[in-house]
Amino acid sequence: MKTIKAIIASLALFSMFAGTAAQAKVEIQWWHAFGGRLGELLDEQVNKFNASQDKYTVVHTRKGNYSETLNAGIAAFRAGQHPNILMVFEVGTASLMAAKGAYVPMYQLMKDAGQRFNPKGFVSAVSGYYTTTDGKMLSMPYNSSTPVLWVNKDLMKKAGLDPEMDLSTWKRVGNALDAAKAKGIDMPFCTCWHSWVHLENFSAYHNIPFATKSNGFAGLDTELAFNSPVHIKHIQTLGKWAQEGKFKYMGRRNEAGKNFRAGECMLMTESSAGYAGIKKEAKFEFGIRHLPYYGATEAPQNTIIGGSSLWALSGKSKEENKATAAFLAFLSRTDIQAKWHQDTGYLGVTTAAASATKKSGFYKSNPGTDLAGIQMMRNKVTQNSKGLRLGSFDQIRGIIDEEMEGVYNGTKTAQVALDSAVKRGNVLLRRFERANK
Amino acid sequence: MEKRVFFKGWWLPAILVAPQLLISFVFFFYPSGQAIWNSLFLPDPFGLKTEFVGLDNFRFLLSDPYYLASFKTTVIFSTAVSVSSMALGLYLAALADRLIKGAGVYQTLLIWPYAIAPAIAGVLWLFMFNGNIGLASYYLKALGYEWNHTLKGDQAMFLVILASSWGRISYNFLFFLAGLQAIPKSIIEAAAIDGASFWKRFGTIVIPLLSPITFFLLVVNIVYAFFDTFGVIHTITSGGPEQSTTILVYKVFSDGFVSQDLGSSAAQSVILLVLVGILTVIQFKYIERKVHY
Repeated sequence: MKTIKAIIASLALFSMFAGTAAQAKVEIQWWHAFGGRLGELLDEQVNKFNASQDKYTVVHTRKGNYSETLNAGIAAFRAGQHPNILMVFEVGTASLMAAKGAYVPMYQLMKDAGQRFNPKGFVSAVSGYYTTTDGKMLSMPYNSSTPVLWVNKDLMKKAGLDPEMDLSTWKRVGNALDAAKAKGIDMPFCTCWHSWVHLENFSAYHNIPFATKSNGFAGLDTELAFNSPVHIKHIQTLGKWAQEGKFKYMGRRNEAGKNFRAGECMLMTESSAGYAGIKKEAKFEFGIRHLPYYGATEAPQNTIIGGSSLWALSGKSKEENKATAAFLAFLSRTDIQAKWHQDTGYLGVTTAAASATKKSGFYKSNPGTDLAGIQMMRNKVTQNSKGLRLGSFDQIRGIIDEEMEGVYNGTKTAQVALDSAVKRGNVLLRRFERANK
Repeated sequence: MEKRVFFKGWWLPAILVAPQLLISFVFFFYPSGQAIWNSLFLPDPFGLKTEFVGLDNFRFLLSDPYYLASFKTTVIFSTAVSVSSMALGLYLAALADRLIKGAGVYQTLLIWPYAIAPAIAGVLWLFMFNGNIGLASYYLKALGYEWNHTLKGDQAMFLVILASSWGRISYNFLFFLAGLQAIPKSIIEAAAIDGASFWKRFGTIVIPLLSPITFFLLVVNIVYAFFDTFGVIHTITSGGPEQSTTILVYKVFSDGFVSQDLGSSAAQSVILLVLVGILTVIQFKYIERKVHY
């Protein structure tokens, strides 16, 4: 009996020591997709947080591009080796939302940790993307951007064009491209993220549905709808430009950014967050314009966001969740957000950060950097311009990518390609609906 | 007449075959069984829930025209990789076999590319043909040829075949060289004295005597092209443009590990397993007959 008591006592003693040891510092893992300049800025944020307090340490790891990061996170979750915080790009949002039990919802995380957190402080056009229909915020918006038109003013001059000319409609852009081609400019137009810019944002901007059921916000039984005459007209135009050598397709992601920064491409549609790299590398005068639209429709609606939010994955200890909550609250601080917005060209995701930036005079000294924000919030959002919430959307984008490539290389008409993309995408939506009902 | 050895009792033979059986079970039967089992389910990506769907995964696949097209892509790709890497390997081996000075240096250099992992080889070739910074695409453009494998299916196919064959040439070279050196010099010399030209000797003596090695390499290269090339394809084209470089095994990889559709990926593995089984039977039954050992 005595020996048993001694064992229990020593165990208790041991666990006390173990307890004090654990009180050292709580370490949490953050997996993300940022390299290059953005990676440096992210590292800066993490270091600042680690230095600002002595209870928690955040360790960040880059897991590849957006898709690779999401897949690494999902695979790690299945193996029970997942990080505390996972960066998920907007395309993966529906997949995460449907996986109830894989994450701790943001409102819950903050409440459990006793962290002061005001979801109303976020710009609604951004936070709406990550909030359930009954108003519960599930993940924390991290970086959000929207597509704009980037102009190489030096090449415009070389093409004999006024670098400040009106480029608000696709028709005017087309005229500028004609002039550039005639003057021997090798790459008059290029684009990054072609599905995101030329179909997803195009739909919202022209206030037409990308998918039924409010682009998927109203239910899993949504169907794709981006094969309307307006969509077809635009993609056919891109195809025609590609055939005529006015538009050079460089790849599905942001490959074309390299060509623009190197001064080869005259006009580029790319995220407003191209700003960080362009500002650093461009050896020419550049300008930022609103995304063009078709004049036949009334004034454009609003564009939607791209970018990522941070999800707190489930299955972690209370202590670690507290650390996660503290770090996420830190990231939403006004000074951090304002700096991020000004350094990167991502939108200021809290209203306080946006107004702080305005007050500092940043927009005045960096003309064009406020366009993305204006473009996103110019109108009251409609069913078609809230955003997208579609399952398996990463794969559907892959389908859209390859069908649109068929239009650019001339093997398909826009009608055939978009009809086929809708049909194939719907098969995946039904499969997703079935796996997640 | 075959020689047969009989063991007394059963335990000694059982112990002797046990390691092989164990390895087969762990690395073949167990994973194959898992694949067949998983092909009947539709799980969600996170592994939180799963649903029994019977043969629906197969129905889903076989009604997808792009999946059916990838059979054809696989045949073109595998044939091109096997034939080109074997022909070049044989050609280089025949040249190296005739070398008198510096044979060791040439042989070492020719074997070198085999040491490079497929994914890395893919990145190397991608660099050379990259539309922005690639040397090869730069010179092609100077010659007036527009290179853009992100958009043109035939160029993409050419590039993945090139990158996949490159390392295999070394492997095939090595085996062909060993085969050539094993052919007794006296036979060749006798034919030469009889007045047979180099090509005559090569066609009537060397090729038949190399047939066991050629057959072995054919099987190995086809297995390589079928299974080991997804690293190259993933790094260079990711199966695009328009799935023109999506071969069967790449689709297994991308649906399973990129798209997280494990049910469909498992079903594809089962189909691939059956297909390669049939292919191997055909090779041993019909082609091996023409091999002289």
